[in-house]
Amino acid sequence: MDATVAARRRNRQRFMFLMLRSAAAVNIAALVSVCAFLVWNGLPAISWEFLTEPPRKSMTEGGILPCITGTLFLSLGALGLSFPLGVASAVYLHEYAGHTVFARYIRLGVNNLAGVPSIVFGLFGLSFFVITCGFNVSLLSGILTLSVLTLPIIIGTAEEALRQVPAELREASLALGATQSQTIARVALPAALPGMLTGAILGLSRAAGETAAIMFTAAVFFKKGVADSLLSPVMALPNHMYVLATSGTEIDKTMPLQYGTALVLLVLVIGINIFAILIRDRLQKKQKQ
Amino acid sequence: MSTAGFARKETYIRRILAGIAGCSLFFLALIMLFLFMEGLPVFGRLAPPDFFFGMGWYPTQEPPEFGIFPLIVGSLAVTLVSGVLAIFLGVMTAVWLTEIAPAPVRRVCKPLIELLAALPSVVVGFFGMVVIAPLLQRYLDVDTGLNLFNAGLMLAFMSVPIVCSVAEDALYGVPATLREASLALGATRWETTIRVVVPAAFSGIGTACMLGMSRSIGETMVVLMVAGGAGILPASIFDPVRPMPAAIAAEMAEAPFRGEHYHALFAIGMVLFLFTLLFNTIAQRIAEKNRQSLG
Repeated sequence: MDATVAARRRNRQRFMFLMLRSAAAVNIAALVSVCAFLVWNGLPAISWEFLTEPPRKSMTEGGILPCITGTLFLSLGALGLSFPLGVASAVYLHEYAGHTVFARYIRLGVNNLAGVPSIVFGLFGLSFFVITCGFNVSLLSGILTLSVLTLPIIIGTAEEALRQVPAELREASLALGATQSQTIARVALPAALPGMLTGAILGLSRAAGETAAIMFTAAVFFKKGVADSLLSPVMALPNHMYVLATSGTEIDKTMPLQYGTALVLLVLVIGINIFAILIRDRLQKKQKQ
Repeated sequence: MSTAGFARKETYIRRILAGIAGCSLFFLALIMLFLFMEGLPVFGRLAPPDFFFGMGWYPTQEPPEFGIFPLIVGSLAVTLVSGVLAIFLGVMTAVWLTEIAPAPVRRVCKPLIELLAALPSVVVGFFGMVVIAPLLQRYLDVDTGLNLFNAGLMLAFMSVPIVCSVAEDALYGVPATLREASLALGATRWETTIRVVVPAAFSGIGTACMLGMSRSIGETMVVLMVAGGAGILPASIFDPVRPMPAAIAAEMAEAPFRGEHYHALFAIGMVLFLFTLLFNTIAQRIAEKNRQSLG
């Protein structure tokens, strides 16, 4: 009797563990199948010409160079704004504010900003940057919209990085007579910098893959030449992909280009992320030592 | 520099940083302001009940109809489908990662789950269009592969990483002593997990689910590309729908500037914003309560 009960309990455990393991396997399989599918179908489309030439013949031939540069300008520009702002915010929240009411409201704001859907950022960018500020549909409007979108990511990771800096380091610096701002600039920030950079890289990949926020603010389907000024619209990889896949006039003809564009975007974003994960792992190992 | 000089400098730095930190709050307020400024005018000509509960969304017809009820239902339906899938997959994966997987396996699998979050939404949408839709059409004999189920499935994989990582944090927070006590009483590892660890982490898992749903309801590109785009009330899980973000993204380019359609789309953005605000607030409330009860 007892033996059968024990066996039943053991079997149930075995079965449930199998279920849990399959759930995890399903997720990983999804990631692998998306990547494998795009590599398999996209690789034949990739050539030197594809990466270095503008599109020709209403997108059915040529390459995607303007999209690649457009995406780089947009995401790097956005990060150029949101990284300093985000780090300064995180320094204030972690080193100065503590648990004041003002800090609590800011945290509430950051958390909710992180939850705003990207299409709503797009609407905001359209009505504020494009129309009210008069920047039109342009690289500048896109950069500004994306910088607001990435701000909460930067603040979150930068604050976490500051939290990892041992209090003893700060105390030692203060005990030697340094002021609080000197301690932050020369002790806390350098120690937290690698962690902050990881956050910056994650923000970069988010900005590079973002579509809905730039649809009405920065991206156009076709534009001659690469982006030449902050106030002119740009082509961007995600937007290009979307238009090619849904409303191109010759969807069959552009199929190889669609797969190629998808693969370039995937490699860019996943590559940036793997880079961030590797940095983080090295950091964690160092901290353990 | 004198001590007073140092003190003054410190005060300035503190104020400047406070001002920068206030930016997030300022931007959030600005987003709300502009959404409401562009969205509310739609109620000048349209009674709010007609807008929220109107059954027809025909913005380009003469006369146009602006009833967003089918869009709200579409959004909620897609979120529900993806929520159920993502909560199951995400929580189960989190339990596996924290309670069962051996450390070396975990070190490899955890970043892989994180990478799932990194997939650009437009790529996921593309995958749903060219791979999942034809499969659904062929094997399930449905009218169109671009439907509620397909969109829910794609969204589920996008929200799994969020659900998983937040749930994982909650499970990690469960003190080892609870596990040890249960095991010492003779419970199996599975019994310990399901009767002790998961209930102890329940509120954290709740937060995870809410954040996952918030991600799903606001996600745009996937629903724009694979939900099918029909502004009708879905009768089955394989019907096409037109969730709110899809309507905004698809129509904004054609809506005449500051016309009724334009304002209606901003009003949809307003509704969407309020939904995500609601989900996030619930998530934060649960998380805060949890912190208090543990502390």
